[in-house]
Amino acid sequence: MAQSGGRKKVQPHIIEEWTGKIYASLCIVFLVVTIFSMVYFVATKGLSTFFQDGIAFGEIFGSANWKPGGEPPIYGALPFIIGSFSTSLLAALIAAPLGICAALFMVEIMPKFGKKYLQPVIELLAGIPSVVYGFVGLSVIVPFYRDIFPGQGLGIMAGATVLSIMILPTITSIATDALAALPPGLKEGSYALGATRWQTLSRTVIPTTLPALMTGVVLGMARAFGEALAVQMVIGNAPHIPSSLFESTSTLTSVITLSMGNTVMGTTPNNVLWTLALILMMMTFVFVFVVRWLERRAKS
Amino acid sequence: MSARTVDKIATTVIVLLASVIVLVMAGLLGFILYRGLGHISFEFLTSPPQTIKAGGGIGPQLFNSLFLLVLTLIITIPLGLGAGIYMSEYAKPGRVTDFIRLIVEVLSSFPSIVVGLFGLLVIVNLFGFGFSLFSGALALTVFNLPLMVRITEQGLASVPQAQKEASLALGLSKWKTINSIMLPIAMPIILTGTILAAGRVFGEAAALLFTAGMSSPRLDFGNWNPFSPTSPLNPFRPAETLAVHIWKINSEGLAPDAPEIAAGASAVLIITVLLFNLLARWLGRMMFKKFTATK
Amino acid sequence: MKKSMLLVLTLVLSLTLAACGQNTAAPNNTSGSNGGSTNEAAPNNAGGEEQTSSDLSGSLLAVGSSALQPLVDEASKKFMDANPNVSIQVQGGGSGTGLTQVSGGQADIGNSDVFAEEKLDEAAAAELVDHQVAVVAMAAVINPDITVDDLTKDQLVQIFTGKVTNWKDLGGPDQAIQIINRPSSSGTRATFEKYALGTKTEDLPGSIQEDSSGTVKKLVGETPGAIGYLALSYLDDSVKVVKYEGVEANEENVTNGSYPVWAYQHMYTKGEPNEVAKAFLEFMISPEVQDNDVVELGYIPASKMQVQRDVDGNITK
Repeated sequence: MAQSGGRKKVQPHIIEEWTGKIYASLCIVFLVVTIFSMVYFVATKGLSTFFQDGIAFGEIFGSANWKPGGEPPIYGALPFIIGSFSTSLLAALIAAPLGICAALFMVEIMPKFGKKYLQPVIELLAGIPSVVYGFVGLSVIVPFYRDIFPGQGLGIMAGATVLSIMILPTITSIATDALAALPPGLKEGSYALGATRWQTLSRTVIPTTLPALMTGVVLGMARAFGEALAVQMVIGNAPHIPSSLFESTSTLTSVITLSMGNTVMGTTPNNVLWTLALILMMMTFVFVFVVRWLERRAKS
Repeated sequence: MSARTVDKIATTVIVLLASVIVLVMAGLLGFILYRGLGHISFEFLTSPPQTIKAGGGIGPQLFNSLFLLVLTLIITIPLGLGAGIYMSEYAKPGRVTDFIRLIVEVLSSFPSIVVGLFGLLVIVNLFGFGFSLFSGALALTVFNLPLMVRITEQGLASVPQAQKEASLALGLSKWKTINSIMLPIAMPIILTGTILAAGRVFGEAAALLFTAGMSSPRLDFGNWNPFSPTSPLNPFRPAETLAVHIWKINSEGLAPDAPEIAAGASAVLIITVLLFNLLARWLGRMMFKKFTATK
Repeated sequence: MKKSMLLVLTLVLSLTLAACGQNTAAPNNTSGSNGGSTNEAAPNNAGGEEQTSSDLSGSLLAVGSSALQPLVDEASKKFMDANPNVSIQVQGGGSGTGLTQVSGGQADIGNSDVFAEEKLDEAAAAELVDHQVAVVAMAAVINPDITVDDLTKDQLVQIFTGKVTNWKDLGGPDQAIQIINRPSSSGTRATFEKYALGTKTEDLPGSIQEDSSGTVKKLVGETPGAIGYLALSYLDDSVKVVKYEGVEANEENVTNGSYPVWAYQHMYTKGEPNEVAKAFLEFMISPEVQDNDVVELGYIPASKMQVQRDVDGNITK
């Protein structure tokens, strides 16, 4: 910690103030440096695929062929990008109604019961490690889908189901906060006009809080997009664009976890994986910007 | 259909979906506990794992998880508090502050695997810390820091404006005001948040695969010298945490009872996270009572 | 100032204690005091504190192949018992990671299931010295409900290239074939393709890829019509092992050269190994390890091989 040496007659409380301020600023500087170095290192690694190994930009983003061992090797990341998007979108579609309903239940219908039982339960969901989710997914969800639907059970649907449970807490807690923050006058006015609860909810409460609710959904999607181990265990990992929701496919994260350890750093097959990590990182930025945009709409 | 019927139907649907969540949750917990509880014993919690023989335990892994958590918190708490104080008290509204806020937000939603890879590239290889507890703790700090900042900000924001102003009016410096008046008041919120965040750290695996490593050297629990390679307290030894261990035995386990060990370890992990949650609630309530009672 | 430190410390301490309170196995915090629980002594520390059978000292880091990790792990424990001043750390992470780290100087030994020449460029591979410590054989495994016992090389190629998609064409029941493959970067897959199929295959749409043997075994055992391949050490009753060209996958057939699907397990050092690494590598191929741990863990001792193979797959007796 920085200790600024006092000259002649600097008052102790001013020294104290400055040390405090400098300390707090240093912490912030550390934070900023961390993220910049992260972006820098991942970007240099990821971009070396294009500049050093001479892989065309269009190949990564335009080709659906992933054959790192082929002659010549082809690195088309399209299947992974599609896999990541469809899995996280589907997960958000499943989790959004559930999460928002849970929030409505907790705030509007049975606040006491909800606060006491539902909220801790949902918070606990957030604490369950992803490895455990993946394990349960592989032991329960995959066999279930295998018996009911054609195909082997692994695929986008299995991945999305596991992810939807994982992102439920994010969506629910943000929706709960948004609903609870609503000025009571708004609802009371609606009830006073003789509206039923559902009319109040559907015409007043939900439209007012919609941007905030969407924030939760987007943040949940962002989490689903970046989740690795649980998805890898249930998605099947074939590097192809699937023809159904129950056919084996890959996501950006699953191909990274699967191949990172098997490839040698600095070689093209490894650099391409860093490019995929860079795409993941870029998507995080996109999600954050969408969230900010929604938040601004929520305020206005 | 009358508005009343619609209302009834809608309410039923909401209640139904909420109960679906409770059911899924109960099923999930029940499944994990049902499969795992039978395998948990004192022996299981304390003995080291076995490679091929049955009857291995999770002792070192459990210890590693807790020790890693402590290391992470030692790094995160001072940094997070400092950064949170800056954001909430010193930052002047403007572009720079907005930018920092954006950064904190980005950092908090980074995929854990990207953090792990960054750790592998920079902490493990470039800085040469190798696969070690310390590398793992640094990687986890990257995750935990934004959470910590947000928690501190929330905590400080909850302090009544009047109390802060009274302190400043008495001539106390701003820093003094922050750390002797505001922080104690914000403490229940900060503490609760920290423990909940700690629960998340406890279960993290993806980032640790690449930083803390997947093996646990033999530990000598009689050796408390932090610089000895066999000492459990040495932060520069590789360490496999419980979550990583579950991942490993699920994928490469050779022991005949690997599935049972995985189930047992999962149950231990969940119970620990549950304890964290309960502890956070209890502490929060206790401190809240204490502060409101003395006032 | 002091107060803020105190505050932070209290927080840390209370959290530490909180964490400790939950579990009997957790020792006290970092202050290193002896106030922590002492009831958890590692049982395997009995050997070696006073032993002075050797004056070797130093530390080694061996990183790489997760298939080789259990063996090196077990052997290193024995080695450390005999040489109390030596500390050996064994890490998984995959053959690629092992080769990267030994080549970059971060690790002393890089464990790999493939020849370094197959992963690294020539200059980097030339710097590494190969130590072959064991052999791993692989067998094709199928779901137990499939009544096929023997597959020829051609049949396997047809399956893994998607030319045959139903077991009834191979004399089995009317059941679609589900391939459980490994990712194309995997060393296990490289071995299987090279020596069982004799050709590289493409990833078929709908095929499942898993890198870990445990997951492959689970999926082959549960998925109707599934076929995959596993190292012999992972085989059990949940999957059915098929013969390759009529030859059963067992140690005898591998050592005498009649069963071809096997690969060396390599431990690479950069240049000649240092004293400690050399002693450890010698220990790895000594009868003490080769006849005990190697066999127990389901590998085949390199010393027993009656045939040798080089990086291009040429076999010499």
